[in-house]
Amino acid sequence: MALIEHGKLAEDIWHDTDDFADAQALAPMGPIIVDLDTWRRHRDEILALDSPVGLRLQPGQTPDLVASDLHHFDLIALEFAKFTDGRAYSQARLLRERHGFKGKLRAVGDVLRDQLTFMLRCGFDSFQVATDSRAAAILEAVDEFAHWYQLALDRSATIPSLRRAAGATEAAGETGATGVAATWAY
Amino acid sequence: MYRYDEFDHAFVAERVEQFRGQVARRVAGELTEDEFKPLRLMNGLYLQLHAYMLRVAIPYGTLSAKQMRKLAHIARTYDRGYGHFTTRQNIQYNWPRLEDVPAILNELASVEMHAIQTSGNCIRNTTADPLAGVAADEIDDPRVYAEIIRQWSTLHPEFSFLPRKFKIAVTGSPNDRAVTRGHDIGLRMHRDLAGNPGFEVMVGGGQGRTPIMAKTIRNFLPVDHLLSYLEAVLRVYNQLGRRDNIYKARIKILVQSEGTDTFAQMVEAEWQAIKDNALDLPKEERDRIKAYFGPPGYDDLAGDCPELNLALDLSLAANPRFAAWVEANVQDHKQPGYAIATISLKPHGGIPGDASADQMDAVAALSEKFSFGEIRVSYKQNLILPDVPKLGLLALWRALDGLDLATANAGRISDIIACPGLDYCNLANARSIPIAQRISERFTDLAREKDIGEISLNISGCINACAHHHVANIGVLGVNKGGTEYYQVTLGGVADENARVGAIIGPAFDEWQIAGAVEDIVDVYLRQRQTNEKFIETYQRVGPQPFKEKLYGTDRARQAS
Repeated sequence: MALIEHGKLAEDIWHDTDDFADAQALAPMGPIIVDLDTWRRHRDEILALDSPVGLRLQPGQTPDLVASDLHHFDLIALEFAKFTDGRAYSQARLLRERHGFKGKLRAVGDVLRDQLTFMLRCGFDSFQVATDSRAAAILEAVDEFAHWYQLALDRSATIPSLRRAAGATEAAGETGATGVAATWAY
Repeated sequence: MYRYDEFDHAFVAERVEQFRGQVARRVAGELTEDEFKPLRLMNGLYLQLHAYMLRVAIPYGTLSAKQMRKLAHIARTYDRGYGHFTTRQNIQYNWPRLEDVPAILNELASVEMHAIQTSGNCIRNTTADPLAGVAADEIDDPRVYAEIIRQWSTLHPEFSFLPRKFKIAVTGSPNDRAVTRGHDIGLRMHRDLAGNPGFEVMVGGGQGRTPIMAKTIRNFLPVDHLLSYLEAVLRVYNQLGRRDNIYKARIKILVQSEGTDTFAQMVEAEWQAIKDNALDLPKEERDRIKAYFGPPGYDDLAGDCPELNLALDLSLAANPRFAAWVEANVQDHKQPGYAIATISLKPHGGIPGDASADQMDAVAALSEKFSFGEIRVSYKQNLILPDVPKLGLLALWRALDGLDLATANAGRISDIIACPGLDYCNLANARSIPIAQRISERFTDLAREKDIGEISLNISGCINACAHHHVANIGVLGVNKGGTEYYQVTLGGVADENARVGAIIGPAFDEWQIAGAVEDIVDVYLRQRQTNEKFIETYQRVGPQPFKEKLYGTDRARQAS
């Protein structure tokens, strides 16, 4: 198991469990991640552990289920049961855009190189990868596209926005197109 | 036509390089076939029965002469000298080598084409009315919106791993030539009382083993909100569409299980939450794209029309074969003095939708001579020259006749839509091509075809229904029973704005009976029809019984009914 954050290998300080007794035991050692079921059964006890808390959601578990609790979480882990199951992309965008979740958004499960840009663009910023060789492949992945058509959470300038900027520059006889990303970012 | 700017060019070039890397990693064994498969599918590359198949997108069915020449070049250089035009306005190459595919994609990129999202569980190539911009009944040009959808849907970060494939079709006309109700989302243009254009949004159409016509979930969506509304539909589907069973994963099943009203409410709630963010394109961007689709430099022929028509009439009178072609293959144009000409890819006994590299080159040259260098691909697997001056029709026909491209059968019984079937496809249960050939050979008499008139006959080699047999007047479905191919017949399907699914007429026929069965069906129609009645009108009036009696005899008809 390897973890990638900020474009490099990172140490994973989070302890992930589906069991409250484990969570109690692990909490003194660092932040803990629990699944939705454990959270619902032991919410107040978990909060009383005085440890940073993360939540792991399955693909079918919409963020609406925990909308009022989101401020308790420093991390939300979204699971890709298979890399072809794309539900977590919608969960991620809803967490970021609808619910304003500012904590770490971690992709776990079948996390592969060729889906990395999709994940980044949907707001993920932490990637738990099954094997070291997969992590190495992801780190090798260069930024394959300079610009995209859609507005997304990577906040890069979109092709439509660059066109507008180019058009405006042409019209005004100016050069350069700075600040475009900011005007189009969420 | 839309022209790529620097950003489109860069994007497609980057996509080619990305795929080149993916192929290299696959060849080196760094990617498993399971991991590679969704990547190659999103670049249009299938693994078929005998070889890879590359499906190239022809967005909304519009091609320039230059692009057509490139398609010919690819057929000649990397394939076996031909290509197959499909019901989704794409072209398929049946014999490319995996190692050549990055080079082919590079060739395509050089003429502003790609194979992005022609396969896979993502938003597929968007289709549109092949007569966009030239049809007299058009409210607004659907290509503008299809291009906007193409750009928005290209490598969409959220919607590239959907439960299943997702197809969108757009029509700008009340007469639907894009089978919009047969798509996951169908968009049909209307105007509101103030004259503003907007779309009726139909969701959950599809064919396959569960044919369903799309349901309207919104009567009028102002064009300003197109992308946010599409995004809302896709987001609901991406979260709730079934992923446990490939046969129940299309959005039609979700719409059916939730109920149309409930589904519409879910979309509405999602849309209300996102509709006023920066997602939708500003008007100036839409206008920028719209500017590409302005009319070509038509000559003002309005004043010459009486003379033009007279000259055409004289040619028609002097040449019955030309007259037959004009009657079947030429349609009225909205611009006075111009016509729309269909180039049939259905020669009698030929393979529906196939064109040789030489034919493609010749059509490219003819489009430059007669149609402002533009060609359309229709879902009926024919080519269309959209802007032919009426005075050029005779010369065009003569040239086409010399290329075996002047079959006068557009919309007639030998204008058969057929999928590649078991000759190529690894999903197929039965062959389609030889059946289409056998049937069309029975209708080589043009006078008889004209007498039979407007009719649709579609042949699918399996239940995936790529040839749209469910919405054909006469649908033929290949099935396999104990290792033998049989052909099940449905009657009464309709593909236009009144789209409906046909009904099975009775037990299936074997491969040697099916062509005779089609002739029997036609004979019943000819005996039963009233003056000026089309096949479908007669069928709707008399019902299936006379057809059953003819096909199965009175006793068997009772059993089958």
